[in-house]
Amino acid sequence: MATETIDPDALSESDRMLVDPEASRDLLRLATAGSVDDGKSTLVGRLLFDTKSVLADQLDAVERVSRERGLQHPDLALLTDGLRAEREQGITIDVAYRYFSTPTRSYILADTPGHVQYTRNMVTGASTAELALILVDARHGVLEQTRRHLAVTGLLGIRHVAVAVNKMDLVDFSESVFTGIVAELQRLAGHVGIDAVTAVPVSALLGDNVVTRSAHTPWYDGPTMLEHLETVEVGASPQDEAFRMPVQYVIRPQSAEHPDYRGYAGRITSGVVEVGTRIQVQPEGFTTTVVGIDRVGRPGEPVERERAHAPQSVVLRLADDLDISRGDLISEAARPATEVKDLEATVAVLSSRPLRHRDMVYVRVGTATVKGLVTDLVDTLDMTTLERGPAPSELPLNGIGTIRLRLGRPVAVDDYAAARRTGSFLLISPDDGATLAAGMVQLTGDLVDADSWLI
Amino acid sequence: MTTIDRASVASSAAADLRLDHLDDLEAESIHIFREVAGEFERPVLLFSGGKDSVLMLHLAVKAFAPAKPPFTLMHVDTGHNFPEVLTFRDETVERLGLRLVVQKVQDYIDDGRLVERPDGTRNPLQTRPLLDGIVEHKFDAVFGGGRRDEEKARAKERVFSLRDSFGAWDPRRQRPELWELYNGRHAPGEHVRVFPLSNWTELDVWRYIAREQIELPSLYYAHSREVFRRDGMWLCAGDWGGPRQGEDVETRTVRYRTVGDMSCTGAVESTATDVEAVILEVAGSRLTERGATRADDRLSEAAMEDRKKEGYF
Repeated sequence: MATETIDPDALSESDRMLVDPEASRDLLRLATAGSVDDGKSTLVGRLLFDTKSVLADQLDAVERVSRERGLQHPDLALLTDGLRAEREQGITIDVAYRYFSTPTRSYILADTPGHVQYTRNMVTGASTAELALILVDARHGVLEQTRRHLAVTGLLGIRHVAVAVNKMDLVDFSESVFTGIVAELQRLAGHVGIDAVTAVPVSALLGDNVVTRSAHTPWYDGPTMLEHLETVEVGASPQDEAFRMPVQYVIRPQSAEHPDYRGYAGRITSGVVEVGTRIQVQPEGFTTTVVGIDRVGRPGEPVERERAHAPQSVVLRLADDLDISRGDLISEAARPATEVKDLEATVAVLSSRPLRHRDMVYVRVGTATVKGLVTDLVDTLDMTTLERGPAPSELPLNGIGTIRLRLGRPVAVDDYAAARRTGSFLLISPDDGATLAAGMVQLTGDLVDADSWLI
Repeated sequence: MTTIDRASVASSAAADLRLDHLDDLEAESIHIFREVAGEFERPVLLFSGGKDSVLMLHLAVKAFAPAKPPFTLMHVDTGHNFPEVLTFRDETVERLGLRLVVQKVQDYIDDGRLVERPDGTRNPLQTRPLLDGIVEHKFDAVFGGGRRDEEKARAKERVFSLRDSFGAWDPRRQRPELWELYNGRHAPGEHVRVFPLSNWTELDVWRYIAREQIELPSLYYAHSREVFRRDGMWLCAGDWGGPRQGEDVETRTVRYRTVGDMSCTGAVESTATDVEAVILEVAGSRLTERGATRADDRLSEAAMEDRKKEGYF
């Protein structure tokens, strides 16, 4: 067992492309969501299996356990349920991250549980995703959970949604069933602010239209699920965005070689920066010019750069010696972020402790942590009707609603819809450091700005 | 022909500023290192000389250049480590001018704080010296080279993993991790394990090692070695306790995919003498690296989960 002989000459064409040092691939982060029995784990297992991302020893284990449980086919869900309690109860508890590659792309897939009580995990998995992959059972059509998944996807600002209409084999690969579901999805998507939905009729169990085209759906001329993932254009456009970089750390070597070096290290969250760009340090308000951009790249590449863009990690050197530290935001001077001391935001509660009026919290936004006070619970989102309801007395675990916060000192933020990284925050318990809620800034509300705010 | 292709690639790159996936992973890891340096008082990086820890250190050096990484290194030496890896470890530390703390399992066995296991495996014995080192030096963040593609319990662990004073991982009480906002708050006595390589796969690691021309201990490449067969793996003959009676030592051309304690780390037969050949081999392999080479993960379906709950990485 567990030995193999590898003949490099026998590698498949796709294996060769995976290792081609000249081949440049991008990275697509996606999140899955599905109801308990939609076959999500089976679909993910199928994607991993058909892209050869599941290796023989993992498959042996799945086959062994499936046999022990008296199953006829290997249960691909066992590939993704990693924890003892999950395997014992046959459920998925926590977000799991999966990796697979095709010759054109590498994928990080956040596999999130679909049950009601684990909405927080979907919010978590979807927060970094560029694409959401939602499952619908062809027999049941669009359910309450599907609406919830679309709502969360819309809230988190994921622009690309792919829907696998699964178990098509159980509805005789019926075109009318599929088109009916697609029409319902399009209507809902518009309602929650999603521009476009790509739906694919699949059978994850049998493999139809997942990686290989199905002979059972001659009426369908769209891409297979993997073809769609490989070709969908998710490219962000940093050149169109305002430059933002939260300062993580100040680099001062104070060495003989670099006695006066002072650089501000951070990851660019949006936009492009160039030597000569006028920047503003927020919320202090200093304005200065970028005189150096340092990034240690590949061997032989110069460290000093003319320009850099999101999401690169860089070090900026500035024309003036200013008092800048972790927690500050460096923004393009011509298009700065908005400085606020009161904030309105949509929050998703992630903790079993409900969020209440007058709760004291820490607010973590960018690299800044400031005190916050929950001054208002404005409304709550009904996940069944997708309508905003009246102000609740408290927001419980998995609850989503609008709140207002007063901050201990001003912070610079963007509207979440315009800039995810500078428009998002965490609420943290001052008592035990637990993460209580995830927030998305809404700058459209009627807010008092920091300058005019007086006690 | 090639020149024309390159030019057209460059102009389309200007329109779509999308990173290559290795550049994307690199930027993410560097961000994690800087977050820890900004939020914690006394971080430490676990450095064994194994390829994942070498990669971590390489990224840490990039993250803080032209300054040195602002943290100490620590190694838990089982006493059964490969000598060439320990030499490599010490030379690397020396070259970078960093400080290394070594916690020795052998010291614990010698004075009776730990007892040798009947199977001779010392990997499970690392937890105590690791936790003692964390307490003694008041480390509050501990960088580990774990990757989520290695094992299914690891696939569920956060980048920032809060541990209690027993170092224990509680999968049901993990903090949700959103966007790139890592919450490192912890109480006195607790610490946070940080995994900057969470999203790298084995193939990503090797491709990056090739691209960056990172030097590794020689045993990662094919070489001739005296080995014997146990539980379907080629183990290295040595002072640690192998071979037993009935296990025949033979000379084979092998390399290591993972490097740990000699007693439970197997070699694979290989002719890959350089990094390009290794990449071809990894891409063609149909076994996971832990499945192929780690006896300790085979103990049960949940072996890794159980060890993490006990304070292991």
